[in-house]
Amino acid sequence: MDFRFSEEQTMTADVVRELLADVCQPADLRRLMGAGVARDEARWTKIVEMGLAGALVAEDKGGLGLSAIDFVQIAEACGYAGLPEPLVENAGVVLPLLAAFSANGRAAALLESALVGDVTVTVAHPTNPFVADADTAEAVLVVRDGAVHLIETAKAKIVAQPSVDPFRRLFTVEFEPSDATLIAGADEAAGPLAAALDRGALFAAAQMQGIAQRCVDLGVAYAKERQQFGKPIGSYQAVKHHLATAQVKIEFARPVLHAAAAQLENADLYSRARISQAKLACTDASDVAARTSIQVHGAMGYSWEVDVHFFLKRGIALTNWWGGPAFHRERVAARVFARPLGPEHTFAREAEHA
Amino acid sequence: MDLDYTEQQKAFRQEVRSWLEKHVPGKPLPSFDTSREGFEAHRAWERVLADGRWGMVTWPESYGGRGLDLIQWLIFEEEYYRAGAPLRVNQNGIFLLGPTLMEYGTEEQKARFLTAMASGDEIWAQAWSEPQAGSDLAAVRATAILERDEYVLKGHKIWSSRAVFADWAFGLFRTDPASQRHKGLSLIFFPLNAPGVRVQAIPQIDGETGFAEIFLDDVRVPAFNRLGGEGEGWNICMATAGFERGLMLRSPARFQVAARKLVELFKAHEAEVEPTVRAAVLQSWMDAEAYALSIYATASRLAAGGHIGAEASTNKIFWSEMDIAMHKAALSILGARAELLRTAPEAGDIGRWLDGYFFSLAGPIYAGSNEIQRNIIAERMLGLPRA
Ligand SMILES: Cc1cc2nc3c(=O)[nH]c(=O)nc-3n(C[C@H](O)[C@H](O)[C@H](O)COP(=O)(O)OP(=O)(O)OC[C@H]3O[C@@H](n4cnc5c(N)ncnc54)[C@H](O)[C@@H]3O)c2cc1C
Repeated sequence: MDFRFSEEQTMTADVVRELLADVCQPADLRRLMGAGVARDEARWTKIVEMGLAGALVAEDKGGLGLSAIDFVQIAEACGYAGLPEPLVENAGVVLPLLAAFSANGRAAALLESALVGDVTVTVAHPTNPFVADADTAEAVLVVRDGAVHLIETAKAKIVAQPSVDPFRRLFTVEFEPSDATLIAGADEAAGPLAAALDRGALFAAAQMQGIAQRCVDLGVAYAKERQQFGKPIGSYQAVKHHLATAQVKIEFARPVLHAAAAQLENADLYSRARISQAKLACTDASDVAARTSIQVHGAMGYSWEVDVHFFLKRGIALTNWWGGPAFHRERVAARVFARPLGPEHTFAREAEHA
Repeated sequence: MDLDYTEQQKAFRQEVRSWLEKHVPGKPLPSFDTSREGFEAHRAWERVLADGRWGMVTWPESYGGRGLDLIQWLIFEEEYYRAGAPLRVNQNGIFLLGPTLMEYGTEEQKARFLTAMASGDEIWAQAWSEPQAGSDLAAVRATAILERDEYVLKGHKIWSSRAVFADWAFGLFRTDPASQRHKGLSLIFFPLNAPGVRVQAIPQIDGETGFAEIFLDDVRVPAFNRLGGEGEGWNICMATAGFERGLMLRSPARFQVAARKLVELFKAHEAEVEPTVRAAVLQSWMDAEAYALSIYATASRLAAGGHIGAEASTNKIFWSEMDIAMHKAALSILGARAELLRTAPEAGDIGRWLDGYFFSLAGPIYAGSNEIQRNIIAERMLGLPRA
């Protein structure tokens, strides 16, 4: 039992954090927004050069062979920076899903070019009503009757569903399934699709944890600077207590998120409940932190000029991405109402109770 | 990151479990707050624990412990709450003063006080608060004046838990009467039966005894009873408060067991309650788990040489608010029966939820109010300017 990250895990996340602090400032976001695009090719190239696209793909399939616990702090850093590019979805969710089907020749070929960063891939997962980044993706993994089809985006009809978040590109995708598009039957696909949902929910939670901390940090910075009644507003207790309350939410979402990441591969009722708990806790933290930050900023917080709204909107988007609160509460309920409870079961696996 | 117990940790859990199965009293003991009989029954239980060397497993063997690490302590606590073993009557001693003594005490002081503390022979109360010094603890007025090798204690302490029946108290005194605020304070131990000490019980919200006022009128204690240097009392108290808010005061297992009971209560009444209660029950379970995971993370960090800082304040806010929410959920399940006393013929399975709810309301007040904790978080964790 050792509930700590390794030095290597923290170092890798630090490198990503530093890169994003360098190339993903709010000014960069605003520039991109002004240009009406959702992807900065120069920044994406830098991310790809770090070799992160294949982070979660097994080494024998050309990836880095990392696991969720290695990636979770990277996803937090992406949330903190409000990264527009699809690192978390592409590397964290879709490529490991694609790799599960690499026995199929088309899937294998696509994986190869995705791993070197030439292309991105996206997924139309049954949990999500929309498909993210379909316009820039080379192909979409689509599920029909439980089976997975691989469709080149050029051959599908994609309809944009504009989001309030300027950097989210959502679409609905229509396609004609055929034997040629099929890459995995329902039996083979069920496990990988469930794993994709787990990773999707976990890394959405991680981004929200980053968003929450960013909102508090923005609020704190402003509260130290802004003066009213001759003093920084951060010296007033009401302001302090708002921010402290948000920080408490963050502090107690974090260990849940990290435990969920560490146990993701157990892929059982217990680990799934923990992932769902993390999604709920991080959603709550980002909601409270974003609203707090706006309140602390006063009218500035309601303005376009202050950056908080980027994070508020990403939080709203991720709240329902890879399952909304009701969906995840039911996954928690499935564990709570049907399995033994109590302190001796905190780290339990289903296998032990079989 | 490794979230599995080692074989050794699993074996330890089994050892604790089977010992507790053999020794935990079959019937709950009477309250240690409301009668001498209940207090002594709890002292007897402390002796049973001590005989098995289970009093404080993290303490060195020389003081009656087992020299185990914090993860093992958590496992012990999990089994302890799981078994429904009695509350620790000496918690002010073993959880607060004990760790402080180990850090600041001389070898002679440790030898004199720790063993008797671990065995339950000496049960401790904390005597810090005064009528004029609550949240503003640095406003302490009680004095301790050194006369040759003795301190003469004078003053009025209040809200001291367990003081009605306890043997000793550790108090915060002004050793330099000319001093202001945090300076000139010292931590001094005094026997509660010493000449000049008068203890007056204060009934709590439920009408029962629980804490007390302590009047000190020229009470003489040896200078040996001062912990740390003269004038270092404030810093030592803050270290104790860190233990209190951090790991020691409220074991996660306490809330995980409460959450389990809440789920059982909910299941028994599911058909009668509105859907929002179900969400509250699930939230209680999740919060108890989150607190446990957070404490495991902290314990792992401490085991690797880390320190506990202002995040102790986040713990205190989290568990105290969770405790209230959990009890509120239980009361809403009980509905109209929530107000009944357990003696009412229709009481049924109301259990102790109402008592627990009352006590949960004290959580945001004692051990430094939650408002004070939020100040600490804002100023020390977030770096906001002082008022
Ligand atoms: C069940 C229980 C057991 C206790 N056991 C012990 C014990 O064993 N030994 C012991 O020494 N003491 C004990 N206490 C006392 C406890 O430590 C004090 O109650 C606590 O420190 C608060 O002090 P106070 O009650 O004087 O409240 P006050 O300090 O008068 O506070 C009243 C209210 O004002 C708020 N407030 C005060 N100052 C500020 C500020 N600067 N900013 C914002 N809000 C503020 C408080 O948060 C609180 O809500 C116990 C208390 C309880 C309820």
